Amino acid sequence: MSAIVDLVERGQLTEKPDMKSGDTVRVHVKIREGDKERVQIFEGIVIGMHRGGARASFTVRKVSFGQGVERIFPLHSPTIAKVDVVRSSRVRRAKLYFLRGLKGKAARMKETKRA
Amino acid sequence: MVTGLIGRKVGMTQLFTADGTVFPATVLKAGPCVVAQVKTVDGDGYEAVQLGLVEAKPTKENKASTGHFKKAGVPPTRVRREVRVRAGGDSPKAGDQVNVSLFADGERVDVIGTSRGKGFQGVVKRHHFAGGRMSHGSMFHRAPGSIGASSFPSRVVKGMRMGGHMGDTRITTRNLKVLRVDAENNLLLVEGSVPGGPNSIVVIRKAIAAKPIRVAQVETKKKGKK
Repeated sequence: MSAIVDLVERGQLTEKPDMKSGDTVRVHVKIREGDKERVQIFEGIVIGMHRGGARASFTVRKVSFGQGVERIFPLHSPTIAKVDVVRSSRVRRAKLYFLRGLKGKAARMKETKRA
Repeated sequence: MVTGLIGRKVGMTQLFTADGTVFPATVLKAGPCVVAQVKTVDGDGYEAVQLGLVEAKPTKENKASTGHFKKAGVPPTRVRREVRVRAGGDSPKAGDQVNVSLFADGERVDVIGTSRGKGFQGVVKRHHFAGGRMSHGSMFHRAPGSIGASSFPSRVVKGMRMGGHMGDTRITTRNLKVLRVDAENNLLLVEGSVPGGPNSIVVIRKAIAAKPIRVAQVETKKKGKK
């Protein structure tokens, strides 16, 4: 992208932990209800990072009551209070879309030690 | 008061608001411009100014336009466009500087540019014809179909929509909201898209038919029984 677009986007970038596909993360999402604000946690596996300056996003997948749920978060959205990386695992590709077809034991992944 | 500015399209990005709403934004590098000529009702029949876009690289001008810029007392500029002058404010003079501080956040603007050229295109892309089925034995795919009757009128009526050159025309996108004005870097961020590709020249003017700016309605609880 051009240097000028970078300049515009720079002010919007937020500090986020270094995460990658295969990481299990806890995303703290701010939710507004009327004039009250609370934080909801969405915990799941990152199945894809989508790069691109302030437009970057990431997809988190979890299995909730037997039902697969995926949520795409804008990486630098002000509604994301924080992201915790709970666990990292060894994966061999950047986008883990194959997890959608797997369930139970088959969808497990080997943990790696974080540096 | 000068009502417009010349700029170049930079590209698109997105802007977040505090509540997480995302606005699609086009970044425009607008101005600074100089007034190269003032047109008046007496001399020209209408009120306008000719603006020149000041760029880093100076231009080589022929003798005729050198004289034109010399008259205004401004350095030669490659890109010149005319914008209307609105009553109010101080009247512009040749040699004046105009920049993005002309616009304010939340204001509505029109952006005029040249759309991307698409070359020779068929009726489906160019005029949104539905076309026919691709399969199931259909022999009618993307053809235009009938273009008129036979012996009467024995010709094709004027303006019949057919294939041909598409794009590369002057397009005005109206009533775009100004999301941010950055006077320091001569940048203007407008909501939505504008015609043309990156680095194409656009004219940004105050909207001539401005829509009222929508204010979010605050929901008030209704009294009475549920």
